Amino acid sequence: MTLNSILSIASLCLMTLFASAQEKDMLSMIKDSVMTEYTTASFKTDRVINLHSLENTAAGNLDIKISHRFGFFSGGAYELFGLDQASIRIGGDYGISNRLMVGVGRSSYEKTFDAFAKFKLLRQSKGAKNTPFTLCAFGSVAVKTIKPSDPTRVNFFSSKLYYTGQIIIGRKFSKAFSLQLSPTIVHRNLVDKASEKNDVLALGAGARFKLGKRTSLNAEYIYVLPNQLAPEYRNSVSIGFDIETGGHVFQLHFTNSTSMIEKGFIAETIGDVGNGDIHFGFNIARTFNIK
Amino acid sequence: MKNIFFIVMLLSTQLAFGQKYFSKTGKISFKSDASMEKIEAQNSSASTALDINSGNLEWAVLIQGFKFDKALMQEHFNENYMESGTYPKAKFKGKIDNISTVNFLKDGVYNVTATGQLEMHGITKPVTTKGVITVKGGAISAKSNFSVLLADYGITIPKLVADNISKTVDITVDVSYQLMPTE
Repeated sequence: MTLNSILSIASLCLMTLFASAQEKDMLSMIKDSVMTEYTTASFKTDRVINLHSLENTAAGNLDIKISHRFGFFSGGAYELFGLDQASIRIGGDYGISNRLMVGVGRSSYEKTFDAFAKFKLLRQSKGAKNTPFTLCAFGSVAVKTIKPSDPTRVNFFSSKLYYTGQIIIGRKFSKAFSLQLSPTIVHRNLVDKASEKNDVLALGAGARFKLGKRTSLNAEYIYVLPNQLAPEYRNSVSIGFDIETGGHVFQLHFTNSTSMIEKGFIAETIGDVGNGDIHFGFNIARTFNIK
Repeated sequence: MKNIFFIVMLLSTQLAFGQKYFSKTGKISFKSDASMEKIEAQNSSASTALDINSGNLEWAVLIQGFKFDKALMQEHFNENYMESGTYPKAKFKGKIDNISTVNFLKDGVYNVTATGQLEMHGITKPVTTKGVITVKGGAISAKSNFSVLLADYGITIPKLVADNISKTVDITVDVSYQLMPTE
C-alpha cells in the first residue's frame, strides 16, 4: 500500500463526507405516508341560508339555532319595513358522529315541530382516498300543530304531517368558493287544493363566496318543477352574509321565504321579490361541546 | 498492516458519519392558556430526521394533523389561523449545536441546544431552543419545549376574541428515533 493510494482513499472518504454534509433535505429520504385529507369548512355552518348545507355538526357538538324572519319590506313604513312582525324557529342540531347528525326545531309559523337526520355518504377528500365531492342524504318530518281552521270537520293527525327527502351534492372548489345542489322531494299528506300535488319535486342550489377569513356571502335558489303548486307560490331565493366569531355563526340574510323548514320554504313561499316581498332575517348558531 | 488498519478506521469513521436517525411518529403538541379559553392540540405523525454526527435536525408536520378536543376549534385553527389549505406544513430545519457532547454509545440524558429556521404559515423565522437527548440501550429519543409568538408568523387574532387566545403558544416536541436505513 503506497502513500498515494492511502491519500486517494482518504480524500475519497472526505469527499463523501463533504457531500453528505451538503445534503439538502434529510426528510426527503423518508417516504411520506399518504394520509386522506378531508375537506373542511366548505360552509361556515350546516345551513346555507334556509337550505341545509353539506356541512354536519361535528360529533358530540350541540348547535343551538335561533332563526328569525321579520315581515316583508313591502309592508312599508307603517310596518317599519317588516320589523313589526317576526317568524321564529328555535332548534338544536347534534352530531352523533362526524357523518351523522340529527336536529329538532319548532317554528312559530303554523306552530310547526320538525325533526331531521342528515348523513354524509361521501366526503370530499384528497390524498390516499380521493373523492371529488361530498354527498349527503337528508330526511325530515314536520308536524303542524296550529288549531285547524275548521274544527267541525274530522282532522286526522296524519293530515298535519309533511316529509322531506333530499340529496345534497356539493364541492368546495377553492378556499373561497363552494357550490352545492339539493334535489328535493317534499311530501304533504294534505294539500289545500286538488290541483296541488302531494309530492313536490324541486332542485335547490346554494353557494358561498368567502369575503374574508370569517365572513362569507351566501346565495341560494330553489327551483320548484312546474305544475305542482298553486300559482301564488314562488321559488325561494335568498342572499346573505355569514359572520363567524369563534363559537357563534351569525347569518344575516334577505329572503322571500317565511318558513325556515323545507316543506315551508320550498312549497309555501309566497314572497314576490319584484314587489318587495322580502324578509330581513337571521340565523344565530351557537355551538356547545357536550361530548 | 498498519496502513490497512488506518484505512479501516477511516472507513468506519465515515460510516459513523453517515448515521442518520428518523421517525414518522414524532409528537408535537401545543397549548395556549388565556383567561377565557385553553387551547390544546396534538399531532403524532410528524416526520423528523437527525444526523447524529453533524447534528443536522429536520422536522416537518402536517397542520391538518393536529387534533383538538373541540371540533370547531380544530376547524377554525385550520381555516382562520393557520390557513392549512394554503400552508399545509410547518417545518424546522437546523442543527443541534453541541451534538458532540452527546455520547450516543453511552446511556444518559444530554442537554442540547438546537438552532434553526422554523417555517409556518408561510413565514420563516430563526429559533433557538433547549432540549434533551436521551440515549438508552442504543435507542435515541429527543424532547424539547419552546414558545413562539403568533404575530411573528403573521397569525393574527381578531380583536373580538383577543381575550380568548394567548399571543404566544408553548410547543412541545417528543420523539423516539430509529436508524434510517441506508440505500
